[in-house]
Amino acid sequence: MAETDRTFFDYLVYVSENHSPLDFMLVADHIDKFFYGTLLTIEITLLALLIGGVMAIPLAIARAYRHRWWNGPIFGFTYFFRGTPLLVQTYLVYYGLAQFDFVRESFLWGPILSSPWWCALITFSLNTAAYTTEFLRGAIENTAKGEIEAARACGMSPARMMRRIVLPSAFRRALPAYSNEVIFMLHSSVVLSTITLQDILGVGRWLNGRYYLAYEGFITAMLFYMALVFIISRGFRIWEQHWLGHLRARTTVEG
Amino acid sequence: MDSVWEYRNLLLAGTAVTVQLALASLAFSVLLGLVGAAAKLAANPVSQKIAGAYTTLVRGVPDLVLMMLLFYGGQQIANDLGSMTGWWDYVEINQFIAGVWSIGFVFGAYMTETFRGAILAIPRGQIEAGIACGMTPFLIFRRITWPQMVRHALPSFTNNWLVLIKATALVSVIGLHDLVWNASTAGRSVREPFTFMFAVLIIYLILTACSDVGLRWLDRRYNVGVDRA
Repeated sequence: MAETDRTFFDYLVYVSENHSPLDFMLVADHIDKFFYGTLLTIEITLLALLIGGVMAIPLAIARAYRHRWWNGPIFGFTYFFRGTPLLVQTYLVYYGLAQFDFVRESFLWGPILSSPWWCALITFSLNTAAYTTEFLRGAIENTAKGEIEAARACGMSPARMMRRIVLPSAFRRALPAYSNEVIFMLHSSVVLSTITLQDILGVGRWLNGRYYLAYEGFITAMLFYMALVFIISRGFRIWEQHWLGHLRARTTVEG
Repeated sequence: MDSVWEYRNLLLAGTAVTVQLALASLAFSVLLGLVGAAAKLAANPVSQKIAGAYTTLVRGVPDLVLMMLLFYGGQQIANDLGSMTGWWDYVEINQFIAGVWSIGFVFGAYMTETFRGAILAIPRGQIEAGIACGMTPFLIFRRITWPQMVRHALPSFTNNWLVLIKATALVSVIGLHDLVWNASTAGRSVREPFTFMFAVLIIYLILTACSDVGLRWLDRRYNVGVDRA
């Protein structure tokens, strides 16, 4: 190729391949795959948080009020899921269930239980439900006594008191812990790449395997995760300002 | 269940690797945590910035990503550097070292926050009293800061340790023959993956329950002088 034919793009590719410690043009060529991976990571994380969060509310209420029949089993559930690694839980569901003939012959096998996507979603949802249940229980138990007495004095039924008084203030108290849980869930979602799914890390591993690279894929994945965590923490900070505004120290005196 | 019993030695060997990995990572993370907390509490703005960047980085990146980066990338970087400078020959980062470094690195950041909070909980006057008595900084650390810091740090330390044990499972993904790796290999060979994975879950529960007992004992010991309601 004559020197004059070389475009700036060729030059970039040349520098990237030969002089840069990180072959950034190769990453740029496959950046769309990383965005698809991001979509999968976000999709499963959000769905699991949603399902797990909805499950956690009744479970936390039953735990907080020491329900006669449910408290024990729910504690068993949360203890089991919080005491063991998510990776092994996911393996148990995805690789383990195939051991049983009745599972493989059931109508759920084809569409759901043989698919890594569904297995991951089920496990992640149960996992986050267990963690959320426990800190939401703490928040419900810490409701100020006066608030409950006031609600009773106003003649609220238990259900209305729960809906109007206990849960709104418990959600507020649980919000900082919940932001940690969301980030924790995002971090845990790397387990997806171990059951053949192409999440962010999965794409990074694929890129490294395909081009026999040592770190390009992982560094790119790292940057993507950092961006997501940054967005999540920003979002929660805004949410906290909105919901916990009444607890903030007053900094300016308006006259 | 018979098959699990048959493979008990393999599972026990894996458990030993997992426990060693967890303890080594814990030691590394406590070291990093102490350095990090000292850096955050120091008056020097540069050390504060570095420690702040460290905790932000760890909060932003999943542990498995760091582990793979270290295991696959770290080896290449170390060897490129070695051949470029000629300071060292071929080095090999095995799975155990990659696991200890990355888990230690991640939990070092959490320990930094734990220790920072614990040191801040000690009344400033006590340290000043130590200085007034003519104690050296090391003596102040050993006699005043450390015993009280441990007490304040223990609840959060316990939490970090329980999360750390579970994080060790990830090292099986880069091929360390730990509990999870051994069990999934055995489970595949006898076609009973569920039974073996369930056994792994039970072993993890036993490990966390045992450490719970030990940490409660420590908690009592360091709280001897404290009046509790």
